[in-house]
Amino acid sequence: MAESTTAIALDRPRSPRRPAARRSNFELYSWLFMRISGLALVVLVLGHLFIMNILDGGVHRINFAFVAGRWSSPFWQFWDLLMLWLAQLHGGNGLRTIIDDYARKGSTRFWLKMLLYVSMAVILVLGTLVIFTFDPNI
Amino acid sequence: MTTTASPPTGAGNVRRGGTLYFGDPGMWSWVLHRITGVLTFFFLFVHVLDTALVRVSPSTYDEVIASYKTPLVNLLEVGLVGAVLYHALNGLRVMLVDFWSKGPRYQRQMLWGIVVIWLLVMIPGTYFMLERTISELFGGA
Ligand code: HEM
Ligand code: HEM
Repeated sequence: MAESTTAIALDRPRSPRRPAARRSNFELYSWLFMRISGLALVVLVLGHLFIMNILDGGVHRINFAFVAGRWSSPFWQFWDLLMLWLAQLHGGNGLRTIIDDYARKGSTRFWLKMLLYVSMAVILVLGTLVIFTFDPNI
Repeated sequence: MTTTASPPTGAGNVRRGGTLYFGDPGMWSWVLHRITGVLTFFFLFVHVLDTALVRVSPSTYDEVIASYKTPLVNLLEVGLVGAVLYHALNGLRVMLVDFWSKGPRYQRQMLWGIVVIWLLVMIPGTYFMLERTISELFGGA
């Protein structure tokens, strides 16, 4: 009896062998990131949609030469790069939450997230390469 | 969420705007926010792939982009713009509820505010986006 009493009497936080802290601030940062990136995306994405769909001729004027003209300017290259990364991380992070909400089985969750992370990596790498290696004289 | 679905226990619920069959507008605004976010994410996946065709050849890119100009896809673009616009406006509303001291008190009014702004942008926006397609379809020549 005495033995188990000592075990219980041990204050958990002071126990040298308590399990490593599993708490992190990740969810807090992700919550904050959704809001900060959202604010930037209002300008980036709504601006992009306005330029592409409404401004002089809208979608009907888009072709290779149009893109070449835009990406000759570092300003629009940077705009698109930032939009690519923020939209992908914001949307991907949102999808992660949604998977956690609806996937019941641990294995389903795991594989859906793997699929998500792989597709995010593919899109981020491809989109970045396209902007940096663009060649108007291809 | 401040708008957890509560069972209809009395007339009080009707005043809050929630009924057994319709639910609270706050819940629908959240459902729509989720759907539009996922939709935009999937569009972005396809969109980065189609833009990547500029690395294949100018003619390949132009051929695929031509599909953006067909009547059906043109209509879908209006839907995409409407979805992104709703998501953006509601996202701003969520941020105001979180960070503005009076946000929670005005969240209902802000919801109607974004409906109004959405309509004010989408009515002329739809006109400009479809103008050419419609005149080509019905205008002859
Ligand atoms: C129907 C609507 C849209 C049209 C017609 C359109 C058109 C274009 C065009 C022509 C480009 C080539 C680069 C340039 O000229 O700047 C581009 C790139 C891009 N767009 Fe869009 N866009 C649309 C919607 C969107 C939306 C809703 C998003 C965000 C969620 C988005 C994100 C991007 C990104 C990230 C790039 C850069 C791609 C890369 O890095 O390869 N676009 N878009
Ligand atoms: C245009 C500016 C945008 C703003 C202001 C915005 C704002 C927000 C905010 C504040 C949240 C968090 C909601 C919460 O915690 O309850 C959110 C969630 C989300 N956003 Fe955005 N966003 C924007 C653009 C985008 C884009 C371009 C995408 C897709 C690529 C996207 C996809 C999502 C997804 C999937 C979620 C998760 C929804 C959920 O958990 O219910 N958003 N957005």
